[in-house]
Amino acid sequence: MAKSKKQRKPKLAVWKFASCDGCQLSLLDCEDELLGVAKHIEIANFAEASRAISKGPYDISLVEGSITTPHDAERIHQVRRQSKILITIGACATAGGIQALRNFKDAKQFVSMVYANPKYIETLNKSTPIADHVFVDFELRGCPINKYHLLEVINAYLNGRKPNIPTYAVCVECKRRFVPCVAVTQAIPCLGPVTQAGCNALCPSYNRGCFGCYGPKETPNTSALSSYLLAQGRSREELVHLFRNFNAYSEAFRKESEAHEK
Amino acid sequence: MKSRTIKVDYLARVEGEGGIHVKIRGTQVKEVKFTVFEPPRFFEAFLRGRPYSEAPDITARICGICPIAYQMSAVQAMERAFGAHIDGQLRSLRRLLYCGEWIESHVLHIFFLHAPDFLGYEDALRMAKDYGAVVQMALKLKKIGNEIVNLVGGREIHPINVRVGGFYRVPSKKELQSLIEPLEWARDAAIQAVKFCAQLPFPDFERDYEFVALRHDHEYPMNEGRLVSNKGLNIDIAEYEEYFLEEHVSYSTALHSIIKQRGAYFVGPLARFNLNYDKLTSTVKELAKNVGIAKGTNNPFKSIIVRALETLYACEEAIKICKTYEEPISPSIPIEPHMGIGYGCTEAPRGILYHRYRLDERGKIVDAKIVPPTAQNQKSMEQDLREFIPPRVKISQEKLQWQCEQVIRNYDPCISCSVHLVTLECTDE
Repeated sequence: MAKSKKQRKPKLAVWKFASCDGCQLSLLDCEDELLGVAKHIEIANFAEASRAISKGPYDISLVEGSITTPHDAERIHQVRRQSKILITIGACATAGGIQALRNFKDAKQFVSMVYANPKYIETLNKSTPIADHVFVDFELRGCPINKYHLLEVINAYLNGRKPNIPTYAVCVECKRRFVPCVAVTQAIPCLGPVTQAGCNALCPSYNRGCFGCYGPKETPNTSALSSYLLAQGRSREELVHLFRNFNAYSEAFRKESEAHEK
Repeated sequence: MKSRTIKVDYLARVEGEGGIHVKIRGTQVKEVKFTVFEPPRFFEAFLRGRPYSEAPDITARICGICPIAYQMSAVQAMERAFGAHIDGQLRSLRRLLYCGEWIESHVLHIFFLHAPDFLGYEDALRMAKDYGAVVQMALKLKKIGNEIVNLVGGREIHPINVRVGGFYRVPSKKELQSLIEPLEWARDAAIQAVKFCAQLPFPDFERDYEFVALRHDHEYPMNEGRLVSNKGLNIDIAEYEEYFLEEHVSYSTALHSIIKQRGAYFVGPLARFNLNYDKLTSTVKELAKNVGIAKGTNNPFKSIIVRALETLYACEEAIKICKTYEEPISPSIPIEPHMGIGYGCTEAPRGILYHRYRLDERGKIVDAKIVPPTAQNQKSMEQDLREFIPPRVKISQEKLQWQCEQVIRNYDPCISCSVHLVTLECTDE
């Protein structure tokens, strides 16, 4: 609360749209760094952590979640207006999230499957990423995001430099960690070749295939991966499910899953 | 007669988006609404047609705070449908993973979401200015919970290692032994946490609740048990839908649960503790006696002490599992999918989480029902407000509003969870 005249701390705000809260929780999961971060920035608006809200504008806004209601489609513009830098965090905010599975079906039918009185529920037909609505300065991927990436991105923007976040494939991380390829050695379906790094090859190191938490890598060759999997005897239906997860509505994964739907 | 309204449009220090609307006339509470405006995400709808094996990873995304609870209820339901029994070390590992989530989630709630209310701070960072050592200890304790989840689950949010039938990879004996020393520190810290919580100022407020929790023959409930209550309920989890009902109200995207013919009930740490005290360790019981709640409590504000006691229990249980662990021969048992219905119910940090899946002959999900703990507590939260406010109407608006928020935070509501529910009537087959 103290308004110091000497040097104003940069103000950080955290905003939530349709999501599971996990990505903003990453900030509170920075157990070793949290108090240090709070020394250098003012956590000015973060409802999950504080009752106190100081007014905008904010130097950095972190936006979690996707746009799924008419109200939120308005609200995101208000957030943009109050934010110098707007960073989206997580698969919901950057690709529409798991709730974007509705985009492949009729959303009205979904409402009546879940709620007894559909008229109380206001929802859009599609779950869309924030960048479909407003200009976004940086998209931090992941389901959930990597908390060290989050610290890196905040740090980079506070210091006026470009964030150092990899855009290469999970495969690179496997090679670096000497994790034997689960696709080649065990014929486990793996999205590693087309998925952006960031998890440090977590699933392959636990003996399972990548399922695409960080979304498509830069220039992914999804059709080559599909041909490989089909040649191994995987069905088209399996391919649809494989590409249709938390980043289902990202362009590359969406097109690939639609190509196998018929 | 003076009328006033208490309005909290965006409730802070809870997970997800909700608010409170209370209308008071004189000393009478005219209207109470705990509103949930978290946008619906339709999990039950898009689970249809997905393979059984995807349920743990997809349902974890309902909640970033308690993903393990979702994974545990999902795998339990699938394994039950396919007649697979997980026991021995695999069962212990799942319990260990759950201990990690309980520690991490409880400590977050105690020190970051709840304690600031009792001490009059807006948040834990402001509290840290006067209670630096306490907040530092809390961060370290929370981190140890997360370390368990990291090791057994792969990462703290949306772990990747849980599968129907067991795990993808099991930790080595050495890996688990590395947790023992930090956990021994954590156990001592948890004792301090209990003492810290016990000396907080508690409002004089008790109600005659129906507490509902799992109960197991040999252990404090986490992964399995029968559903029991202090008012005579004692059922198999498969009977859940015969006894409980969900209602859809206009002001909420979450459905409200009730026990048929009786109404509101209470799930979570307080319910578990009051119904399963005999299953706690002697250290926990002793400490509970010292802080005066060994006989149980009907004061929801004291749930903060119970969370600390459960944190202590989880540390002791985790130490026990780590010390007796032997690496199983295989990380999972074989699963043979077939047509059937599976029921799962486990104790999320904030109360029972029920899953039910209908599966076709290839193990694909035909329909799904998920009832998270916060939906089950909503009615009790509203009733608490109705009774809490009348004797306190003279308090200033600002103070009363804050106390009303605290009444809701007693439940550690996870609003993100609460909005994905399905009602039986609308299944379209």
